[in-house]
Amino acid sequence: MLKLIASRLATAIPSLIGVVIVTFLLTRVLPGDTAAYFAGPAATPQAIAEIRAKLGLDKPLPVQFVDYVSALAKGDLGTSLSTGQSVAHEITTRLPASAELTLSGLILALVIAVPFGIAAAVKQGSWIDHACRIITTAGVSLPVFFTGLLLVYLFYFRLGWAPAPLGRLDVFFSAPETVTGFYLIDSLIALDGETFRAALAQLVVPALTLAIFALAPIARITRASMLQVLASEFVRTARAAGLTSRTVIITYAFRNAMLPVVTTLGMVFSFLLGANVLVEKVFAWPGIGSYAVEALITSDFAPVQGFVLAMAILYVALNLIIDLAYGIIDPRARSEA
Amino acid sequence: MHGVVDPATVALAPAEEARGPLLNVRDLTVEFATRRGLVRAVEKVNLTLAKGETLGIVGESGSGKSVTSYTVMRILDRAGHIAEGAITFSGIDVAHASEREMRDLRGREMSMIFQNPRAALNPIRKVGHQIGDVLLQHVQAQPGNVKEKVIDVLNQVRIARPEERYHAYPFELSGGMCQRIVIALALACRPQLLIADEPTTGLDVTTQKAVMELVTELTRARGMSTILITHDLGLAATYCDTVMVMEKGKVVETAPAEQIFRNPQHAYTRKLMRATPRPGITLKDLLPEAEAEAGAAPPVAPMVVSDAVPLLKVEALVKEYPRQGAPSAFLAKFTGKAVDPKDATFRAVDGISFEVKKGESVGLVGESGCGKSTTSTIVMRLIDSTSGRITFDGQDIGAIPAREFAHHPLRRRIQMVFQDPTESLNPRYTAARAIADPLLRMGGKDIKGTFGGFGGGSALEDKVEELARMVGLPADLLDRFPHQLSGGQKARVGIARAIALKPDLVILDEPTAALDVSVQAVVLNLLEELKHTLGMSYLFVSHDLHVVRLLCDRVIVMRQGRVVEEGTSEQVLEAPKDAYTRELIAAIPHPPV
Repeated sequence: MLKLIASRLATAIPSLIGVVIVTFLLTRVLPGDTAAYFAGPAATPQAIAEIRAKLGLDKPLPVQFVDYVSALAKGDLGTSLSTGQSVAHEITTRLPASAELTLSGLILALVIAVPFGIAAAVKQGSWIDHACRIITTAGVSLPVFFTGLLLVYLFYFRLGWAPAPLGRLDVFFSAPETVTGFYLIDSLIALDGETFRAALAQLVVPALTLAIFALAPIARITRASMLQVLASEFVRTARAAGLTSRTVIITYAFRNAMLPVVTTLGMVFSFLLGANVLVEKVFAWPGIGSYAVEALITSDFAPVQGFVLAMAILYVALNLIIDLAYGIIDPRARSEA
Repeated sequence: MHGVVDPATVALAPAEEARGPLLNVRDLTVEFATRRGLVRAVEKVNLTLAKGETLGIVGESGSGKSVTSYTVMRILDRAGHIAEGAITFSGIDVAHASEREMRDLRGREMSMIFQNPRAALNPIRKVGHQIGDVLLQHVQAQPGNVKEKVIDVLNQVRIARPEERYHAYPFELSGGMCQRIVIALALACRPQLLIADEPTTGLDVTTQKAVMELVTELTRARGMSTILITHDLGLAATYCDTVMVMEKGKVVETAPAEQIFRNPQHAYTRKLMRATPRPGITLKDLLPEAEAEAGAAPPVAPMVVSDAVPLLKVEALVKEYPRQGAPSAFLAKFTGKAVDPKDATFRAVDGISFEVKKGESVGLVGESGCGKSTTSTIVMRLIDSTSGRITFDGQDIGAIPAREFAHHPLRRRIQMVFQDPTESLNPRYTAARAIADPLLRMGGKDIKGTFGGFGGGSALEDKVEELARMVGLPADLLDRFPHQLSGGQKARVGIARAIALKPDLVILDEPTAALDVSVQAVVLNLLEELKHTLGMSYLFVSHDLHVVRLLCDRVIVMRQGRVVEEGTSEQVLEAPKDAYTRELIAAIPHPPV
């Protein structure tokens, strides 16, 4: 198992190096002069040149790259020009916020979509199958900012069930002591039920927004892969052996049908990271997505580089987890590795 | 082997007799809802199975033999339902029993073993657990002692090292071993009825024999009744008391096994019997009597096999593959440990030599894994050999890398017919396009120039029609796609494609293995006829010695990458010298003729 993890991580190294080079180059070729932007509209050319020299942007590209990589090796991702904060610090505080939201959305989607997909496949052509089709089509065809606003309108403005969509925690609460950065987990560790409830209340609506978006691919893949497995010969054997339909569907069919679902999860997760940017905007969520977008607009290259790198590492980690999950589910994948 | 149950022994058990036969099917009609409306898969089928009796249901694909047995177990898929008739199984009305009652019957009172054992097992569950599931379901074991009981069952189906196999996954076991697991699963709860649906199709003959003997022994020892569903008359004759022949959903004849083979009553039974390859017959004998006489009219002159220069000469051919899980040479460079080449590789083909003369048919025979397919693939120059020489018509084609050979002028002269007629046709090409494919690729300028004028009497179209005529494919089928053609028609398309460039050597890789016997009879005769008209040589790869004998002049028997015996077909089949060949021949079941 450790050997497998090591070999997978080794194959990820070239792609990470590629990401470092490409993001560095991309932020340099983007239109917009960072120095001119920060000098302000009234600045003299000398002032701009001074700022440029201060930022090291007057040096040739290879030198800038070496500077960047050697700083990176020390864990220094640079400093944001607009906030003056270290990028590494910003990312470590904002990433857990995004991760908590995305994972909650994904888990919520899984909990709804998988049983739905199974039921739709087992009772193919029934009302539940049609309901599954309608809900998933609706979920994927409505843009997240729209569903987000709709849910805010409904649950906050109309029904008053949800708190105001203003970040991770109501202003009357203070954040729990940081252990994982996930407020739900940290508040549990701190045995602070009040904060936990408050954090959960803030999380439910944005997570639901993301979940509605993620429902469709998961439910469709579950349904399709269940249908295929239910028609297979070993399911017929299980039925001919008199096993109950519960055993046949869960132990025999679903465990086999999970393999494509797990593969899709990786993709759905990366879609969610993208959708996150909009959801964070709608719910004023202090996440990494909104941070990166603001940095990009102001040509603030250090946060952009830091963001892309963080996403790449996250994605590599995610794929590793999926590969490992695959090995746990499917003994054939284990023996190949 | 013809152990017809003695009526006297049945009479000794009055309780059993009072209940009547174990299984009684009356006027069973099964319908399937399809896009084109209701289709009757089975019509008015009657059958009776006494306790301890073995019934064979014989028929070709689409005869309804599997549907009948699935209906008895009520495991038809959703589209199928019983339209009429009654099924009584030891006093229970199967057609009207609740799903719960049926679930208790399945696996405990009646169970089933399937074709393709590997697919019939859950690929990601340990086989021991799969058997355990059945035992627990029918309360034959408790969670505490289930492992013991499973190992007990594995022992009964003669699985060596059962404690180890308990933890194996299906992909780690051979086909024969998987079938033993399926049998263990079916017999774990000691049911009264076993339905075996083509249990040995796709297994080697020697494995088939071992599996069938195991089934017979276990079912007999337990006094079980068995239904054996098969397309193989020989198998039915060897292992059944009574045989029921089905055609297109209807029963055409039911009679005691010996009687049905000695004196078949129905025309269809006779046709099936004739089409089954068996010792001492010629190719023409496979065809129905009327056709055989018509076809026999022009006695084809015996091919002149020229002794002068062999068309194909294979010398000391070796193909090595890296052994799975072996220490790799790459890693060894770092660790500094020397890797013995014998450990790192295994030889699929281990130094074989043979010749195919002009106009000769040579059979390459052996069981799965013997290297026959690897050999034919190397001769076809689809893969490179490790060492050895392949000479085709005086030219060393073994020296041409496989990648270049695809464009080599010699490629035209070696063609191949594949095992699965469906899988080997592009599903998006019409029959005409499939046949035209080699012409378009290698047919030269005059043919290529006419591409696009498909449908206007072009040279290409004329050529395709001529080829279709040669293989007996009606011209109006040329516009159809593979899924609109029958198995036999697809086989004809595959053959037409192979002979399109008038090759000198055709490699036939089990060309009839996926076909019904009556279709096989026609295709084999077609191949023989084409060989004479076009003067081709065949390298016929097969596991079936009887089929090989009918088509081939000489036979090469392979085992574990080596040639164990070589000689004329008559010599090898009538007087085999090698013990392995004798074993192979003995394992083939055949009807008593």
